Amino acid sequence: MRRILDTDTAFRWFCKAGAIVGLAVAIALVAVILMESMLALRTAGFSLVFSAEWNPADGSFGAAGALAGTAATTLLALLMAVPLAFAAALFVNAAPPNVAVPVAHALDLLAAIPSVIYGMWGLFVLCPLLQSVLSRFGIEYTGFGLAPSSLVLALMVLPYVSAVMRDVLAQTPVALVESAMGVGCTRWEATWDVVVRSRKAGLLGAIMIGLGRALGETMAVLFVCGGVSAIPTGLLDGCTTIAATLANDFAEADGVHKSALFALGGILLAFEFAIQATTIPLIGRRSKK
Amino acid sequence: MQKKKYKIETKRLNFFYGDHQALFDNDLSIEANKITAVIGPSGCGKSTHLRVYNRIFELHRGQRAEGEVFIDGKDILDPGIDLLDLRRRVGMIFQKPTPFPMSVFDNVAYPIRLHFKASQKEIAERVENALRGAALWDEVKDKLRESGQALSGGQQQRLCIARAIAAEPEILLMDEPTSAIDPVGTLKIEELMDRLRERFTIVIVTHNMQQASRISDTTAFFYKGSIVEVGPTKLIFTNPRNKQTEDYVSGRFG
Amino acid sequence: MKTRATFFRKTKDSLMRAFSGFATSMALVLMAWVIFTIVREGHSSISAELFLNASKPFGEVGGGIANALLGTVMITAGAAALALPPALAAGIWLAEFGKDSLLARAARFTVNVMMGVPSVIVGLFAYGVLVTTTGHFSGFAGSFSLAILMFPVVVRTTEDQFSGIGDALRESLLALGASRARSTLTVIWRAARSGVVTGVLLAVARVSGETAPLLFTALFADTWPTSYFSGPTPSAPVLITSYTMDSPFESMHRIGWSAALTMAVILLAVNITARYFGAKRAAKRK
Repeated sequence: MRRILDTDTAFRWFCKAGAIVGLAVAIALVAVILMESMLALRTAGFSLVFSAEWNPADGSFGAAGALAGTAATTLLALLMAVPLAFAAALFVNAAPPNVAVPVAHALDLLAAIPSVIYGMWGLFVLCPLLQSVLSRFGIEYTGFGLAPSSLVLALMVLPYVSAVMRDVLAQTPVALVESAMGVGCTRWEATWDVVVRSRKAGLLGAIMIGLGRALGETMAVLFVCGGVSAIPTGLLDGCTTIAATLANDFAEADGVHKSALFALGGILLAFEFAIQATTIPLIGRRSKK
Repeated sequence: MQKKKYKIETKRLNFFYGDHQALFDNDLSIEANKITAVIGPSGCGKSTHLRVYNRIFELHRGQRAEGEVFIDGKDILDPGIDLLDLRRRVGMIFQKPTPFPMSVFDNVAYPIRLHFKASQKEIAERVENALRGAALWDEVKDKLRESGQALSGGQQQRLCIARAIAAEPEILLMDEPTSAIDPVGTLKIEELMDRLRERFTIVIVTHNMQQASRISDTTAFFYKGSIVEVGPTKLIFTNPRNKQTEDYVSGRFG
Repeated sequence: MKTRATFFRKTKDSLMRAFSGFATSMALVLMAWVIFTIVREGHSSISAELFLNASKPFGEVGGGIANALLGTVMITAGAAALALPPALAAGIWLAEFGKDSLLARAARFTVNVMMGVPSVIVGLFAYGVLVTTTGHFSGFAGSFSLAILMFPVVVRTTEDQFSGIGDALRESLLALGASRARSTLTVIWRAARSGVVTGVLLAVARVSGETAPLLFTALFADTWPTSYFSGPTPSAPVLITSYTMDSPFESMHRIGWSAALTMAVILLAVNITARYFGAKRAAKRK
């Protein structure tokens, strides 16, 4: 009898240890990022966020440009991806199973392609394409910057947002749709006026998931952003993002420069935390695809 | 004897869920401004039959109706019929109350805005009339801006009735409207139906035989997808011609 | 009161339907375009040498990608070895023991938040923990960063699969006198297994294509991955990056595309297989 109890306790403790490891790693992650950023926070302070002068060689670390680039690429990407993702989710939910299932699988696979490959595609296909199209209109364009960055991000975010929206919409009670159609709605009116309202929280959660992914995406943007640390003012301007700056600068950085990069990482982490913390109650417990 | 004028005339209606046939040659004539109760054991096709009258079944893949259903002499199964207008004229109340995720006022105003050109003032008047018509006005007049989903179950169902009558239908279909409602709420809805009879033709599917005998003028008994017997409610419950009907209404099976 | 004409409402409905079809086909066309590009650009350089030789130093013509592929396998396997034991344990604990206790809720919240932590940040962390302290980049540090990315995904799948199993099975096992550990590890594990395996496969595939964290940890080397614990270790994603973005040479771009094609084929194959078995199992359950 005693022996059974002992293995049982041991097993339970082993499992519990796994959960504690997770907690510990998360805490350590925050602690390390914070510690490593102290130096930059002390020397550069608020200019880290408010100055757009990023020149490691003479010690100026103003990341306002990267912050603005992150915000701009993310917002533009969502602006393009969300309506398409929503429409695709509607399509999959309304289509007969022999169309819907393969389409849904194909969209899921879109999310399985590594982001470097999207970056390459952007660099070798999208950028030259934008350049040549615009040159036909007499506009000289490098091909890099805000426009291709947000396009590639939109393409990457689309399958994630669409998959979550698909699940959210599929959970609509049939009776609600029937009663909307029952008062004489068209399919679209029933969807927009009734279904979307009733699934508001979940749909917002889907957008937040897209937001989180777009904010933190590194490689795809790094390939096509042009690496310009100034605040972008137009779609054709070169830009950079927090994540791209980290990946681009880190290898050559040391001292305050390296610490400043950690601080930027901390800012990104704080945003992601805020997004996750608001998303979790919106969509409840669900597995990410 | 003078030929009666019917609001709905169903002729040889057959219904299929994919390969499975659920209704067999249903013939049913429904008089205007009367309450017709459709009864029968569960799975007998009574809801399926009702769902043909506004073609709501078309929402679901693989469901299909064959035959003719005339409303005011026009076959509504004709593909050329305007579905949106049909559903405005034929309102439906479902088993579970389904208030839309909007305010009490907007729930009722929604079908008005959808189907009519109306000023804000006209809409407000109509909403009030519909809520009065559904015997709900006194209970909700101070919370028109609150969510329709915050009302009690019985109130929600009356809100759905108000929403349905706001579109000025001629026919109200009710699919077991009180099966999810407590007894007090049920009583209120039954009283309400008695008053609605003046303005609408009502067809109600119910598994509650007391309810059918209390409120309806005519009763149709369904069994395994066929209509076994139709007649004045009193007759069906006291002196049915068919043995199966008698067994069912006397509670011997079902 | 005048009724509104239904014509415009119906037209709007048709337009929206058309738009949803258009959006879906656009997503599919873009996906086909990306895949088509990889195949077109990558297939010509595929050869036996590519998969047998190590890469050559920057600027030298020729060379293969075998060292990078092997390095990716090592780094990914190392990540799985690091992440799976605690992640499976944590998932089982949440489903079987932790339930709604304070620690369980905290762990669940943390796991959810960790799912959204960008991979660059994890790279920074791994650098801070393993590279700064040991004084050198290493494949192992790369594994560590990928393990952190895998951890929350595996915890989540495991918990979902285990809590998807009815309490009836659990109670009947305990009623037979089986210990908690025994019943969990044998019968319940067997019921949850295929779902967990699918989830783990998808998680492994996902992290094996990660690039950003490796730039902070494993870096790259034009050698065979012999110093996994003590020095820079090559990997396919980083090879792709340095051969395309960082290189002006057409011959290097070709190799980069071939590496991309190889990665895409492997990852899509793993994904399709895992999903196929996952779907088959789900169909069987119904």
